[in-house]
Amino acid sequence: MLRRMTKLLSGARQLDPGRFLHRGSPAPQSLDAHLDDQRPRAVSCTSEDDPARHGEQHAALHYHIPLQDLKTVFPQGLPPRFIMQVKTFNEACLMVRKPALELLHYLKNTNFAHPAVRYVLYGEKGTGKTLSLCHVVHFCAKQDWLILHIPDAHLWVKNCRGLLQSSYNKQRFDQPVEASMWLKNFKTANERFLSQIKVQEKYVWNKRESTEKGSPLGAVVEQGLTRVRNATDAVGIVLKELKNQSCLGAFRLLVAVDGVNALWGRTSLKREDKSLIAPEELALVCSLRKMVRNDWHGGAIVLTLSQTGSLFKPRRAYLPQELLGKEGFDALDPFIPILVSNYNPKEFESCIQYYLENKWLQHEKGPPT
Amino acid sequence: MAAPCVSCYAALSYRLFLGGRVSLSPNQGVWKAAAAELQTGTGSQILRLRHTTGVSTKKNVAALRRETYTVDFIKKQIEEFNIGKRHLANMMGEDPETFTQEDIDKAIAYLFPSGLFEKQARPIMKHPEQIFPKQRAIQWGEDGRPFHFLFYTGKQAYYSLMHEAYGKLLEVEKRQNKLQAKGLFSEKTKTKDLIDSRWLIKEELEEMLVEKLSDQDYAQFIRLLERLLTLHCGSEEEFVQRFRRSVTVQSKKQLIEPVQYDEQGMAFSTSKGKRKSAKAEAIVYGHGSGRIKVNGIDYLLYFPVTQDREQLMFPFHFLDRLGKHDTTCTVSGGGRSSQAGAIRLAVARALCSFVTEEEVEWMRQAGLLTADPRVKERKKPGQEGARRKFTWKKR
Repeated sequence: MLRRMTKLLSGARQLDPGRFLHRGSPAPQSLDAHLDDQRPRAVSCTSEDDPARHGEQHAALHYHIPLQDLKTVFPQGLPPRFIMQVKTFNEACLMVRKPALELLHYLKNTNFAHPAVRYVLYGEKGTGKTLSLCHVVHFCAKQDWLILHIPDAHLWVKNCRGLLQSSYNKQRFDQPVEASMWLKNFKTANERFLSQIKVQEKYVWNKRESTEKGSPLGAVVEQGLTRVRNATDAVGIVLKELKNQSCLGAFRLLVAVDGVNALWGRTSLKREDKSLIAPEELALVCSLRKMVRNDWHGGAIVLTLSQTGSLFKPRRAYLPQELLGKEGFDALDPFIPILVSNYNPKEFESCIQYYLENKWLQHEKGPPT
Repeated sequence: MAAPCVSCYAALSYRLFLGGRVSLSPNQGVWKAAAAELQTGTGSQILRLRHTTGVSTKKNVAALRRETYTVDFIKKQIEEFNIGKRHLANMMGEDPETFTQEDIDKAIAYLFPSGLFEKQARPIMKHPEQIFPKQRAIQWGEDGRPFHFLFYTGKQAYYSLMHEAYGKLLEVEKRQNKLQAKGLFSEKTKTKDLIDSRWLIKEELEEMLVEKLSDQDYAQFIRLLERLLTLHCGSEEEFVQRFRRSVTVQSKKQLIEPVQYDEQGMAFSTSKGKRKSAKAEAIVYGHGSGRIKVNGIDYLLYFPVTQDREQLMFPFHFLDRLGKHDTTCTVSGGGRSSQAGAIRLAVARALCSFVTEEEVEWMRQAGLLTADPRVKERKKPGQEGARRKFTWKKR
């Protein structure tokens, strides 16, 4: 009986090397048989590494990001599983997909005199919104834009230790830890802009320290990093200055926020008397909300909705209306929604091909590699 | 269950017994350690009444071994049973002539409804042969000489059976040798198909012979019968058949749903499945691309855990039809894992209608078509859970 069972399981048909779908269960022995096949294999990688030149012909293909770029452009923001994959394969390969291509097309044709357009990437869980955002961020970095990348807004509304009462506005709360971490990553990503941009006002931190008008933005960032108590205010100042100065045209600004539905949801932070804090009472959230308003021009705003880190939202919610709530939807309206869906068959095959080329898919009964 | 516990029944009803074997003395008071002629195969034996002392005096250890019923007593029981059967038939308004044992069982269950869980504790009314245990007659005559020539072997019934079987074997061999010598021997292999019958088990053989057997004895007997079978004898068939019981072929019991057709002409099949407290109903379409929808939601979203999705895909994977059928299911109750198990059973049953009988048998052997009988075990008093005891404290 056991022989018959295994016979049913392994099937009698040959595996077609080029196409893995629609073939039922592949026989384990022929997983690596494609290596010896003469028929043209499905290609998974493209040699076009500049996102600016990605077009329809590169859809479903992987492109390389040099590891050096990875450190400067993405100190934060890549999903943890992707970082593990990069570390394993020793190369960063991102798939070019339709939603990202659409966004790139819009960005290439932005009119910087008009107010910043908001693009919202939405879709079901695990379909690739964060990686599409990373693709766009890479493109903008290559095009020398100033990147304002908040990797996950949910981290700012939950599990925060050390909430301080804000010195700037008595009703609000500061988050020194999150703010300083973000400032550090911002500095790594945008080194060259920090010395170019000059602040336009004088900021007094406390009795002894202040930043003069005309000093580089780097000074504000340094202040925030050294004096952690003022980190949140430093973040607020940075955002305000960038917003005001992007209209002048010295640089293009990209605001990329992942999990933007956190800004209008609920928090899980409590005051000392155990009462819940609303997101409006967090200084970071306030400054970020002001940032994603489209009352400035000279750049673009790309946002992602995410249910994964969200608080008090059902697992299957993915539409903007469900995740943002009425308040958030009204605040973001009007925006351009871009749906990110699961892999289609071509993308699926490209992904499997990539894994096979990197010898990632193994079977214990297959030939040793 | 010895002599002292003979309880006085005020009004014994001879027609109705509690289930299982009766092991109490029927008459009040005096023992009647007489033999009952119940052994099959042997000729009629002379009864011998053996009077033992009464209950109140010293216990006769030998008589404690087994209570014996007289032949008269058994005959009386049978008569009373038949009369009772006719009375019962009259009571139920049925024809007394055609009142079968099944009808009796149904009538008793109707007249005496019992909520007891133990089936053997419920009231039954069966033929006295099935209620009173079979007993051996006294094996020796008045002068003390045993009747059977193999009495002193200790296991006379077993050895006489072996003797008989071996005798038949020798006979068959002699016949075949004679035929071969004459040249008329032909290799006729017309033995009956033995696939749907099995040998008697040791307990059944013991019951038949009314004698205790050892495992080696039983094995020896079966070997002898198998040897008899290999000689392709047509005459000894019935002798051998006495020791075989039929076995229903499991797979023929499998109910296969008929394939239905909807308005577009697409073939589909529906069936149900359940596991723990989850109930599922699945509709499998004949042609499709492998999409599975559960309660209107794609299975990738309904079951975020890979293990549940693997359970859903397993029937298709087993039959190598992964991308060929579309499925729509509804499920309710239970938890995540039991819902997956319920849908898997429903899908496997529905797939039976699209698949050959051989593959249905393979699925049954793989366990895809069996409903998982495990349910949550009940919590017992004095323990914290079903098995977990309270923390043991030394003092």
